[in-house]
Amino acid sequence: MSECSCTESKKLEKPLVLKIEKIVDEAKDFKTFIFRHRLNAKPGQFVMLWIPRVDEKPFSVTYQDKERFALTIFKVGPFTQKLFEMKEGDKVGIRGPYGNHFKLEGKNVVLVGGGCGTAPLGFLADEMKKIKADVNFIVGAKSKPYLLYLHRMKKSGVKTFVTTDDGSFGVKGFTTELLKTFIEKNRLDKVFACGPEVMLKHVVEMCLKAGIPCEVSMERYMKCGFGVCGQCCVDNSGVRVCKEGPVFSAKKIKKIAEFGKYKRSASGKKVKL
Amino acid sequence: MLKTRICGIKLENPTVLASGIMGVTGASLCFVSENGAGAVTTKSIGLEERKGHPAPVVLEWENGLINAVGLSSPGIEEGVEELKAAVEKSKSPVIASIFAPTTKQFGEVARQVSKAKPAMIEANISCPNVEAEFGKPFATDQKAAAGVTKIVKKNSKVPVIVKLSPNVPNIKIIAQAVEKAGADSICAVNTVGPGMVIDIKTGKPLLANKAGGLSGPAIRPVAVRCVYDIYESVKIPIIGTGGVTYGKDAVEMIMAGALAVGVGSAVHYRGIDVFRKVCNEIIEFMEKEGYSKLKDFRGIAHE
Repeated sequence: MSECSCTESKKLEKPLVLKIEKIVDEAKDFKTFIFRHRLNAKPGQFVMLWIPRVDEKPFSVTYQDKERFALTIFKVGPFTQKLFEMKEGDKVGIRGPYGNHFKLEGKNVVLVGGGCGTAPLGFLADEMKKIKADVNFIVGAKSKPYLLYLHRMKKSGVKTFVTTDDGSFGVKGFTTELLKTFIEKNRLDKVFACGPEVMLKHVVEMCLKAGIPCEVSMERYMKCGFGVCGQCCVDNSGVRVCKEGPVFSAKKIKKIAEFGKYKRSASGKKVKL
Repeated sequence: MLKTRICGIKLENPTVLASGIMGVTGASLCFVSENGAGAVTTKSIGLEERKGHPAPVVLEWENGLINAVGLSSPGIEEGVEELKAAVEKSKSPVIASIFAPTTKQFGEVARQVSKAKPAMIEANISCPNVEAEFGKPFATDQKAAAGVTKIVKKNSKVPVIVKLSPNVPNIKIIAQAVEKAGADSICAVNTVGPGMVIDIKTGKPLLANKAGGLSGPAIRPVAVRCVYDIYESVKIPIIGTGGVTYGKDAVEMIMAGALAVGVGSAVHYRGIDVFRKVCNEIIEFMEKEGYSKLKDFRGIAHE
């Protein structure tokens, strides 16, 4: 690699074409794509991933060190299907990082990840460990094969607590039920969450009620990723999930009227959640 | 100091959010209005629901943006609903941009959006990114441009702006044709080109649509020249749009003859509050140069 790769990289507004250095089977329908590039992202930020001649979609950064970053991706549709067919050494375009990020604060914190929402919190857990926080990670999935990062978290000293919908691993039930116990039994400084919006809505309500600072990351259909196309603007404030978000404090998210209710599709049409 | 009036509509300042930027939802338009825009324009509304082109649809290159969003639209019902939300809550006047593949449909869309009572209607006859589906833009032919103007005018109760394309050999002829057909104002210009950016590592065009319209700083001289030409050939007011990023650019547009100034890509370069920034810079310029009204320097490039 040339010397310039060591210097601070500028934010990429045009896709930078990178080779997929490594692909890891993370869980059922989850793969982690590792790239060699100093991204300088912060937990909660995302990149736009371009497959030439196919499409481009936003993905949260889920791991980062000084030379690499990774995206753990869940297979949901034609785009991710295409991505899952790619091999190590294949090239994709990356631009970003975009959006705001989680505030790294609190000594005793809980992370709540539901389904693929667990992915960006993996990066957050790493960074919170670096500032010596006591990190408790509630990982929720529909069943055992879909669970993410249990080994990775154990290695870095993060305490994990698992819930599955069918009880095939950990506690049978929802992440929010575990969070409730946490709130009752501990003095928490902060709660971070990412996952299905119904889950986020519960997390937000619980934290507001208990007076615990809370940040959640939400998802909306994005086209440009840098705040011009207006596709991800939410009702009623009009703020851009790609620019003012995707991370919102519980207080701010309460002002987003569509939160937990509906989102907009690629055409701009409202779709019920 | 910056107050102006276009076709009888009062604007607190001459900056107008250009169509296609931050204009998908009513709430988004209000957000822009709160950030100082003198007027806001919706993303073009059409009859049918359209997803638009696959991504990437907009990217930054060295001297501007390139886009081929492909006229995504939620369809007329939801489009009108978003427009209504904007009209009800926006601090500044709302301009409804409309598009259609045929002249006849333009009339229908104009009639439908009129229900939401926008301050003005802007006929987008110049999108360069849907040629494969729609054929040559109406704005490239004087008869076609006049035809759309007439039908939109007939179906609207509010002043009609026609948005022209810079991608024509003689914009004066088109401007005169739409004025004669009844246009109340001209917005000049839509994006330039279309252009293309190829990624040299993969050898593939970056936009999924391959080609896309250029906007931002690089196209400003083209836009200024178009406004200058149009000012010489018609009497109706012009909204000068294309690459305006700083107050000085807005001043330049006004000197070329623009009554109001479109701002779009600059939202990327300077943030959502670019409208307030541009206004402050215009005021600063005016104070320094001893102008008290925009009128004092409008069109002075022609003297």
